[in-house]
Amino acid sequence: MTHTPIIPILIPLIAAFSILITKRYGFKVGQTISLLSIIALIFVSIFALIDITSTEEVLVYKLGNWEAPFGIVLVLDSLSILMVSITSLLAFGALWYAISEKIDKEGVHFHSLFQLQIFGLNGAFLTGDIFNLFVFFEILLLASYSLLLHGKAEGRTKAGLHYVIINLIGSTLFLFAVGTLYGILGTLNIADMAYKVSLLDSENISVVAAAGLLLLVVFGLKSAMFPLYLWLPSAYGKTSAPVAALFAIMTKVGLYAIIRVHGTIFGENAGELAYYYIPWVLNIGLITLTLATFGVLASKEIRNQVAYLVLTSVSILLIAIGINSQDALGGAIYYMIHSTFLAAGFFLVADVILKARTTGYLDKQMPIFKEAIIIGALFFIFAVAVAGLPPLSGFFGKIMILSASLEHTHTAIILSVVLISSLLIIIALSKSGSAIFYDTTLDVEPLDEYKLSKSTLASIFFLFLFAPLLVIFANPITEFTNTIAANLFDTSKYITTVINIEEVIK
Amino acid sequence: MEILLALIIAVLTGVGVFLTLRARTFPVVLGLTFLAYAVNLFLFAMGRLNINQAAIIQENVANYSDPLPQALVLTAIVISFGMTAFVIVLSLKAYGELKSDHVDGKVLDKDGDK
Repeated sequence: MTHTPIIPILIPLIAAFSILITKRYGFKVGQTISLLSIIALIFVSIFALIDITSTEEVLVYKLGNWEAPFGIVLVLDSLSILMVSITSLLAFGALWYAISEKIDKEGVHFHSLFQLQIFGLNGAFLTGDIFNLFVFFEILLLASYSLLLHGKAEGRTKAGLHYVIINLIGSTLFLFAVGTLYGILGTLNIADMAYKVSLLDSENISVVAAAGLLLLVVFGLKSAMFPLYLWLPSAYGKTSAPVAALFAIMTKVGLYAIIRVHGTIFGENAGELAYYYIPWVLNIGLITLTLATFGVLASKEIRNQVAYLVLTSVSILLIAIGINSQDALGGAIYYMIHSTFLAAGFFLVADVILKARTTGYLDKQMPIFKEAIIIGALFFIFAVAVAGLPPLSGFFGKIMILSASLEHTHTAIILSVVLISSLLIIIALSKSGSAIFYDTTLDVEPLDEYKLSKSTLASIFFLFLFAPLLVIFANPITEFTNTIAANLFDTSKYITTVINIEEVIK
Repeated sequence: MEILLALIIAVLTGVGVFLTLRARTFPVVLGLTFLAYAVNLFLFAMGRLNINQAAIIQENVANYSDPLPQALVLTAIVISFGMTAFVIVLSLKAYGELKSDHVDGKVLDKDGDK
């Protein structure tokens, strides 16, 4: 369909404003619109995904029908539509949990903000223009600022203040980088920029390189890479569970932007600048993984620990991007699907534990709670999946990335850092599991204030479902992710389709 | 003109960076505003500096100024305006909740020491 690329952006935007307009008809109407919008998004994105896999096209949507480098375009290719599908499925799980646990009633405008957040996310995935990427980043950030502060909890405002300020500085840096690139290349379209970089004069190379690295800092801030990750544990650990679950995709936006913008502009056609950013990504990924693992080990609070687990998955993805081979990138995309859903689900499990146990602090001995068996089972399966133990999907993702790293010059260090960190994560999670479920005060009546409703349980299972599904359908999914990776490495198809030229000069 | 503009951008950025590194929320908000001004001027300069040139296509005019950075600056102004409004409200909320205008919620005495 010709209008497919814009539909995932329009649905949540219209839904967000309809929820505001229909507010006086009651809360239920808003909930229904919100759910319907997400379900519609799931259908649209999955159909588009199936369509794109069979045709392998790059759909370019010219807004206002202006030709590409001059007008703004949306680009729908297999990677962007995959990200949109992940977002909508994840949003469904998070929204289900929010409604089932009545978290959406803790403050005003939860559903409108939620929809605007999806609007920003989908826009950021689908845009083919770097300034539009900035605008969609701001939209998703502004919605995330308000969502982060939704409801009341200790420490939430302080964490929110830090998150907002560091992201505002990030936005300023983004504009500096975009301005510099525009000043040299004279264009903002990603494909056209890639084309112009391949024709760059030697005197301007260092300026473009600096601007590219500045852009890497901005995307690194979004994806929480070292040393810009310090905002993440408190922001994710202090916010409400469904918001934290939705935020599992926010770090992936930064990674997506690195793959899309840097991978295209500074890809194989970029001459002297081809893949010059890769060593930075690899080394920073290794440092982030080390520090994040220490964070997982040192966390005294369960939600904080899950936030650090998000950070470890981000750094494994950074390492995979840094290995810079087709197999590694294919594995990275597989691991990205896995880690988004599982980290989000783990936030929900942590929230359930927090409610049942009345505190999330691991060093506090508490009485046993009534639903400990089922919640313990949930914790166990999520811990197995997130730590990357067989038979669940985290294991296969890591195997793909590690086997790709065997051909890299720094195999030894990549293997040792990733494997030792996995071991330490297993130890940390077993420690927290024991502290929560075994180390309980004896001879005290069990806590039974919290009842785990069936709907809540189902929403958590919905997110968990992707771990076995990714294993059962591992073959078609890896074939698909490998095609995506191949397309990302051969950028000429993307460039020629978007700006409508015959061929890219090598 | 180039040197003057470059100096202005440099001073604004310097002031912005200095203020955002302060410990109280109000200077931080001011610092973010200064950074936004600096980046707006910077974007403007990226279309190259020139005077008395048309931005819209006309007959018998050979040289044009680049209209795109002006559109970008306009967008950036609107966004930074909204963000500043948000961060002001948020710092007021933080002041109300933490009973302190320190960014980490620490209570400081008159001289700014702990």
